[in-house]
Amino acid sequence: MKIKAPRDFWAGLMFIAFGLGFLIVSQNYSMGTAVRMGPAYFPTILGGLLAFLGLIVLGQSFTVSGSPIPRFAFRPLIVILIAIGLFGVMIRSVGLVPATLALVVVSSLGNYEFRTKEVLVMAIGLALFAVGVFHYGLGLSFKLWPGH
Amino acid sequence: MELFNNLALGFDVALSFQNLLYCFIGVLLGTLIGVLPGLGPTATIAMLLPVTFTLPPVAALIMLAGIYYGSQYGGSTTAILVNLPGEAASVVTAIDGYKMARQGRAGPALGVAAIGSFFAGTVATVVIGLFAPPLADIALQFGPAEYFSLMAVGLVAAVVLAHGPFIKALAMVVLGLLLGMVGTDVNSGVPRFNFDIPDIAERIDFVVIAMGLFGTCEIIANLEVREHRDIAISKVKGFMPTKEDWKLCWPTVLRGTALGSVLGILPGGGSLLASFAAYTMEKKLAKPPTKFGEGDIRGVAAPESANNAGAQTSFIPLLTLGIPSNSVMALMIGAMILKGIVPGPMVMTERPDLFWGMIASMWVGNLILVILNLPLIGLWIKLLSVPYRILYPAILVFCCIGVYTLNNTEFNVYLLVVFSILGYVCVKLECEPAPLILGFILGPMMEEYLRRAMLLSRGDPMTFVTKPISAALLGVAVLLLIAIALPAVRKKREEAFVEGAD
Repeated sequence: MKIKAPRDFWAGLMFIAFGLGFLIVSQNYSMGTAVRMGPAYFPTILGGLLAFLGLIVLGQSFTVSGSPIPRFAFRPLIVILIAIGLFGVMIRSVGLVPATLALVVVSSLGNYEFRTKEVLVMAIGLALFAVGVFHYGLGLSFKLWPGH
Repeated sequence: MELFNNLALGFDVALSFQNLLYCFIGVLLGTLIGVLPGLGPTATIAMLLPVTFTLPPVAALIMLAGIYYGSQYGGSTTAILVNLPGEAASVVTAIDGYKMARQGRAGPALGVAAIGSFFAGTVATVVIGLFAPPLADIALQFGPAEYFSLMAVGLVAAVVLAHGPFIKALAMVVLGLLLGMVGTDVNSGVPRFNFDIPDIAERIDFVVIAMGLFGTCEIIANLEVREHRDIAISKVKGFMPTKEDWKLCWPTVLRGTALGSVLGILPGGGSLLASFAAYTMEKKLAKPPTKFGEGDIRGVAAPESANNAGAQTSFIPLLTLGIPSNSVMALMIGAMILKGIVPGPMVMTERPDLFWGMIASMWVGNLILVILNLPLIGLWIKLLSVPYRILYPAILVFCCIGVYTLNNTEFNVYLLVVFSILGYVCVKLECEPAPLILGFILGPMMEEYLRRAMLLSRGDPMTFVTKPISAALLGVAVLLLIAIALPAVRKKREEAFVEGAD
């Protein structure tokens, strides 16, 4: 058998994986009865349904032809994800200002042109903005920098 | 008349200094972000939601609604001037709008978009005022079985009427429903699917999902393509369309408004479907049809009036049934719940100030848009010349701080990473993320109604087909599913959305 629609093939697999995953984890909880449904009841139905739909999508990928999967742009993907993750690590440990600076500088690497001066100005500007608007303006309290 | 009393109350609320201010800020921010290409209304609302956390409920919802239709409006400006849709609903506006701009008629194009939108907004406000109360009365009669069936038909219709491959969209709904199950089960108190992580013991925050699937994911996708913007003109003068223009397009505006108002109420409808459908319809009706696609003013008037009407009437199911018809409305429900308001037919009787205030504010907001935007066009053009490499870090800062402040935990920021990956993979696999959000919001409600209905019927699932309203609703869902399976219907549906894209 030949895969005619790679997007459907992988999408189908993804849905089956999620469906079965939820279905299996659900079995840790009590099923209850139709009158008094336990926490596992609805998720079990849905998990089965999702796996079933996934199976249809998977099946179609062998019969109906579709376009290939567009290339993944790994550079922006990875850089942006690292930038967000870094913000998460820094926000409480070292504070809003360094976290914002890091977020802006690192995420700018995801772009194909990196202009050092522009990025630095932007980072400082956005950090000031964040402190001004979120901390002072909206009154959401943050740790601003280490030792604050 | 009751309508006038209600509207009077609404305007009382909407015109208070505070609410007027937040309405103004909302439409301004909405337009600002709507103008920027690559950030749709869903992402915009998710991004700006934390800004409204400290506001009272009425002001917060007025502002969020303002952001929504403001972003619609801003999107059309970008579509006309740069040929880039600021958001999906203005894809078709770009076809004739940009051609007009190239012919030196950007002014009238923007003018007709503004005036058409305002007219449509005015009509839609009245439509909401007229149709919402009776619908809420009906909804008050609904028991759990009816509600469950209503949500089922809503989700099916949302998938059928949206574009993209159907079964995958349906699977995305189910995935959304399942993600909605994550967290504590309200009935038994058992934490589900949370892998002992205390931060999602309650449930996943919908803002994180929306931000990941629509905000950060879009940034990553946008960075893939090298940006290229052709701003048609740097200065726009003379917004008033000519007499001939008016003669040509007033019937179009009327038809667009009517079509948009109807489509907005349907689940899965809202502004996107409205603008595509109105454009297609006008193209078929146009006499002479020759200029369509070549800078015909009707090609701007139709989608713009339709999408504004649709954007507003899509509030009807939200305010009367508590059911979101599209992903933006799903976020509005989330925002209402955050503010301690249970969306549904009770809102109108328990919080008339909120209900009518919000409706009146839509009209006020539309007026502000007309007054504000045409003079500010120079500013929007300047904004359009800001390169994306400067914009996206700023958007990221908003997203990250936004999700962090939801609970003051960095866990949500990590979760944002997870949903960005999911969103990116879904885009690559041609799976629409919007149905997932709808399912996610409705998941816990559906489970609750299913439980109650089954409890009342003593475990007999026939309750869903023996109750007439529930049976009728499920019948509609089944019909829709059968219809979409028919090759002829499927082809028509694909055509409706492809029409604008080529």
